[in-house]
Amino acid sequence: MGNRTVIPFGPQHPVLPEPIHLDLVLEDETVLEAVPRIGYIHRGLEKLVEKKDFQQYTYVAERICGICSFMHGMGYCMAIESIMDVKVPERAEFLRTIWAELSRMHSHLLWLGLLADAFGFESLFMHSWRLREQVLDIFEETTGGRIIFSVCEIGGVRKDVSPETLNKISGILLSMEKELKELAKVFLNDSSVKYRTRGIGVLSKQAAFDLGAVGPMAKASGINMDLRTQGYAAYSKLQFEPIVETDGDSYARTSVRLREIFQSIDLIKQAVSIIPEGEIRVKVTGNPNGEYFTRVEQPRGEVIYYVKANGSKFLDRFRVRTPTFANVPALLETLKGCALADIPILILTIDPCISCTER
Amino acid sequence: MSILSMSKILFKSILHGPYTVLYPIRKKENYEHTRGRVDITVSDCIFCGLCQRRCPTGAIRVDKAGSTWSIERLQCIQCNYCGEVCPKKCLKMGNQYTSPSFGNVRDDYTNARVSDNTENH
Amino acid sequence: MEQQIIKMILPNELLAETLHLRNDGYRLAAISCTNKDGMELSYSFDKDYDFLNLRFVIDTDIEIESISCIYFYAFLYENEIKELFGVKIKDILMDFKDNLYKISVKTPFNMKKEE
Repeated sequence: MGNRTVIPFGPQHPVLPEPIHLDLVLEDETVLEAVPRIGYIHRGLEKLVEKKDFQQYTYVAERICGICSFMHGMGYCMAIESIMDVKVPERAEFLRTIWAELSRMHSHLLWLGLLADAFGFESLFMHSWRLREQVLDIFEETTGGRIIFSVCEIGGVRKDVSPETLNKISGILLSMEKELKELAKVFLNDSSVKYRTRGIGVLSKQAAFDLGAVGPMAKASGINMDLRTQGYAAYSKLQFEPIVETDGDSYARTSVRLREIFQSIDLIKQAVSIIPEGEIRVKVTGNPNGEYFTRVEQPRGEVIYYVKANGSKFLDRFRVRTPTFANVPALLETLKGCALADIPILILTIDPCISCTER
Repeated sequence: MSILSMSKILFKSILHGPYTVLYPIRKKENYEHTRGRVDITVSDCIFCGLCQRRCPTGAIRVDKAGSTWSIERLQCIQCNYCGEVCPKKCLKMGNQYTSPSFGNVRDDYTNARVSDNTENH
Repeated sequence: MEQQIIKMILPNELLAETLHLRNDGYRLAAISCTNKDGMELSYSFDKDYDFLNLRFVIDTDIEIESISCIYFYAFLYENEIKELFGVKIKDILMDFKDNLYKISVKTPFNMKKEE
């Protein structure tokens, strides 16, 4: 009979971008079960709808999370626009798509850097983040902010991008693609990366479905689920295929996210070539009345926004169900039976964004 | 299984030199759209109070009777909502950041044309 | 995503309906709660981008069954609703007993307004 100990993991750990706590029950360095505890960043943002009217709340919705901030703002605006039956002009849809795909790229590059840092490969971490800086510079040039843009509003977008800037973005992405290909070769072929990620944390297709995994966690286990195929924003006019792998281990999840970066570059190139001229915003008057569920594909998975309005300028309810909230039970399942040294890598493979989870 | 797959990237980065900028000796130029401070031309302001009502954080305070417009620098989130709703278009967003400070900084702007004000900000 | 069906049910039909949907192949997407004229609970299910919601309205003192016996991962949503809204949900498989967020105010979304 082995020796059972309970080890606390977190909330402060070098590998975690945000605090989460896990109580791990170990028997001789193998994990038997894990009990999660969240709540270190609970700010009560959903209760702020009672104080800020629905136009001001766009700025609060953006600040739910720092890494996926644009998609939160976009999802909120899409929900309100569906309730109020506002048709956003086409150029604004394309601009939102371009910014959303750039957001996805920067989020995945950040995650790749953190993964490399988790197993000690510091130079790979620095190179991933150096490439991410180029994306952040594009953001600052077009919107004004590096992480939080304040560029999405109800009825369109607030800033326009000139054709010269769009061509410049295409040029930057072309040179980034070359460097990314070299980085991808290291991530997928290097023997130390393979040793730390192959066969670790396997999630079978049935288990991923039973536990409600979303995003790259589910895609790496063989479930074909990508909400961009539903055609919100300008995705109905762009051609792409969802990326699916079948192995279900951490290596497959790394591979899914890497291939999604290349897919995003391709989507941006398509969008820049067919973006139409026109207005970027429409004027919105009146108050929303009704309720609606909106689903958006964030870098981490599927987000559900629920907005309920009653005709006054304050909303009744705004609820965000973020992908990390849905991936936590899958994390608890993958942790069973792994070794103590693999725990940071496993927690990172769900791409934890805890400030989204506990708005 | 390769163990030297990183060598090409490492070699290129040795030849390239540092990618970082030696701040504060060389500063990075802000772009044209960079969100910086909110500045007001107080002579155009009619003190209607629209910016105060719309500000998401409540950083702006307008006093119609005393003809003052003040903003709390550290509470402002540089969203430019006030600049969009201002009817006289006297609020502009510059591209230099608010400088850091030790406490809460409240910048007051008074209209110099009003007769009983002796200070000019 | 355009297909959004909201189906009103009674609270005691909840377990039967979720078992039905589970055997059909639906996955649980979210559980939401709104506090207006009573507690309005919405259970959202999804299958192949088909979005279905089950909804019912109850008072705070009615007890409802947890669906974590059918969908295990519902325990997170139900713990959050129990802590923030004060809805009585019994038999949750992993019950945090109001310690999930550890906030200082009890049931902030259900505060009695002081006149």
